[in-house]
Amino acid sequence: MATRRATEVVVRALVFTCGWLAIVILAAIAIFLLTNGLRSIDEVGLGTMLTGTSWYPTSDNAQFGFLPLILGSVFVTGVALFVSVPVGIGAAVYLSEFAGRGFKEVAKSVVEFMAAVPSVVYGLIGVAVLIPWVRTTFQLDSGMTALTGGIVLGVMSIPTVLSISEDALHAVPESLRQGSMALGNTRWQTTYKVVVPAASSGIFAAVMLGLGRAIGETMAVLMLTGNAAVMPTSVFESVRTMTGTIAAEMGEVVRKGLHYSALFSVGLVLFAMTFVINLAADLVLERQRKRWRR
Amino acid sequence: MVNALNVEPRTTAMPTLVMTGRENDTVVAADASGSFTLSEVSVAYGRDLVIEGVDMYIAPRSVTALIGPSGCGKSTLLRCLNRMNDELGNVKVGGKIMLDGQDIMGKDSDPVELRMRVGQVFQRPNPFPMSIYDNVAYGPRTQGIRKRSELDDLVEDSLRRSALYEEVKKNLKKHAFELSGGQQQRLCIARALATMPEVLLMDEPASALDPISTQQIEDTIAELKASVTIVIVTHNMQQAARISDQTAFMLRESMDEPAHLIEMSETKKIFTNPDDKRTESYITGRFG
Amino acid sequence: MNRVKRARLTEQIAKTVLGLMAVTVLVIAAAVLIYIVSKGYRAINWEFLTTRPVKLGREGGIGPAIGGTVWLVSLTALFTLPVGILAGVYLSEYAARNLLTRSIRLAITNMAGVPSIVYGLFGLAAFVMLANFKVSVLSGALTLTCMTLPVVITATEEALRQVPQDLRHASLALGSTKWRTVRKVVLPASMPGIVTGSILGLARAAGETAPILFTAAVFMSPQLPRSPLDRVMALPYHIYAEVTSVPNWSEDLIWGTALVLVAGISIVSVAAGVWRSIQRRKIRW
Repeated sequence: MATRRATEVVVRALVFTCGWLAIVILAAIAIFLLTNGLRSIDEVGLGTMLTGTSWYPTSDNAQFGFLPLILGSVFVTGVALFVSVPVGIGAAVYLSEFAGRGFKEVAKSVVEFMAAVPSVVYGLIGVAVLIPWVRTTFQLDSGMTALTGGIVLGVMSIPTVLSISEDALHAVPESLRQGSMALGNTRWQTTYKVVVPAASSGIFAAVMLGLGRAIGETMAVLMLTGNAAVMPTSVFESVRTMTGTIAAEMGEVVRKGLHYSALFSVGLVLFAMTFVINLAADLVLERQRKRWRR
Repeated sequence: MVNALNVEPRTTAMPTLVMTGRENDTVVAADASGSFTLSEVSVAYGRDLVIEGVDMYIAPRSVTALIGPSGCGKSTLLRCLNRMNDELGNVKVGGKIMLDGQDIMGKDSDPVELRMRVGQVFQRPNPFPMSIYDNVAYGPRTQGIRKRSELDDLVEDSLRRSALYEEVKKNLKKHAFELSGGQQQRLCIARALATMPEVLLMDEPASALDPISTQQIEDTIAELKASVTIVIVTHNMQQAARISDQTAFMLRESMDEPAHLIEMSETKKIFTNPDDKRTESYITGRFG
Repeated sequence: MNRVKRARLTEQIAKTVLGLMAVTVLVIAAAVLIYIVSKGYRAINWEFLTTRPVKLGREGGIGPAIGGTVWLVSLTALFTLPVGILAGVYLSEYAARNLLTRSIRLAITNMAGVPSIVYGLFGLAAFVMLANFKVSVLSGALTLTCMTLPVVITATEEALRQVPQDLRHASLALGSTKWRTVRKVVLPASMPGIVTGSILGLARAAGETAPILFTAAVFMSPQLPRSPLDRVMALPYHIYAEVTSVPNWSEDLIWGTALVLVAGISIVSVAAGVWRSIQRRKIRW
């Protein structure tokens, strides 16, 4: 009996430790990014970095301005949302409100497949198909542009936007639909007057999570956007994103050097952005769950 | 807390004998005990007092039926007897509950040990997703019994006592989910019996079953009475009248006040000549 | 009457437009699949799968990259499964309903949204540098573990919640402790969900490049790692490195590599899904 009690105590301790590990890891990520980025924050200054417009990390007079990188991410993400939001939400509404069972099942597996394809493979497809297409269609010197990366990124974030929107639509109680249809509304009227508004917070969360996914995506953009670290003015130019910068440069920096530290600061900014986005999405989702629970 | 009815427990002390032995493959229950004495028992869900002032004596090797309208706290009171309320969280039990003279809610009382002595059968059949054999052997294995022959004996014995053995003896390795609902419930009874409990708590054990399966369960209860104390919650008046020796009627008269034990005596008396008007109206169907 | 007709017409239009969007998604996915297969199948043969790359990968096979990915994923599974399952058990069976539990849940969903390159940075700082595991399978697997944990935890918790409360009570009522109840009844009953969810998460990990970029991957290595402290080649990194740094990379071989990666992930995922539905048919509540 004593051993039984002891086992229970040990197990409890172990289970609790594992349970709390998520918080520990998340905190550790923030702390490691911060401590490794500290040197650049010290020597260059966070304000200078965040507002600086030139990123010349390796020149004699090195400059660590994040703005070109942040804008690069914003451009690419903007294009991505332009692709993923209408298609993702539209398809979700169709699947939830109009599609038959068979079509729905097929679509579900297809979306799962899309989500499972590694980003490096999307990058490869972009290299083979989209880069030449963008170059000839828009008559550019190079097909490596924010547009190219953004389109591929948009396709990649469709599964996120679609499946979370569909969950939100699915959570709307059937009684609401029946109530509206009983008043003589068509299915479509019911959908845009009742169902979509009722699911709006969930759909908003879906867009946020799609945004988070796109901002944090690395490999495809690295392979497709050309990585010119200049202030972008249009989506037809080559850009360099925050993620692409870290991936491309970390391999060649002096460990613990200023450039190394600056890359960690880029990571910190990236982490903070996605953290806020995810938190917002999560809180919205939580509220929605509570609303339908009763 | 006010004791609404001021009922004195009829007996308080009973010999304290813990029995888990068996002889020649037949269960010996001669000196087994298994009496419950409840005094001033109250239950609260959070701040909401749902049961108050229950005094009760449950004799060893008898069948006691708990009856009353739904929501009157029968099942909650039943769960006090093996401290399953502990697992629900937010439930506070007050008063004193003695099993064979031992306080089961005291500091040095261990719910895990208590539950080996007080088994429970649930409303819906809930076999574990494993074979028939493993289901029945689950309790004994929990107690540390590992020897194959011993387990074999216990499994066979328990299945016989729950009147399932003849139907399943050919294939004890069969998955429990392949049994019918009634068979599953008798398997659950066997599972509870395998730890050699002194008391068996049954929470509407036949409510999810067809009439034939119900009949089989009732027959099983009648046989088991010789070796274990049975406390059964039922909403079926005929069932209570058929199988129990004594009956306790509980009632929650309004949602603003807790439930009380209105009356408890021999089943025959409760169903023919109850002392309390409320019991009479419930029995004759006025309460539903 | 006119109003009704107009409503019907609008509905028809809306339905068509939305349906087209859904079909677009299917077409894109089909195109991706067909493209990968049609460009990649020519390279696939036994030699390609087993031999090492020659001339910077312009010729030869991808044996070490396949082996390296298997190494990484196996080690990741070894770390993730016990920790993730226990964490899921904590949330479903032990956690009280309080602020701490809420924060843990929040942390888990947030972990799932942390960019993979940030995990790469964390792995570099924590495992490669601070713990001094160097650039190695171990560092890479630990990094991938942090990434995969939320998937395993969520899958476990969801699977555990499917187990009816009655079953737990039945075990407790037989005098089992909480842990025994979890170990003997709740976990076995929810294994299909846990295993399948975990496999899906691990399959994703196999396709990740950014987290192993500076923690585990090496461009060329003639053989498999001999210890967890060696660097490895990996399929996704191989594709990236060839495309971005080898002039005149072989299209056939790289598409072949992509096909191997996608097929591996898909086959494992589909198999896990099929296995789960078979198991589910056996256990029905």
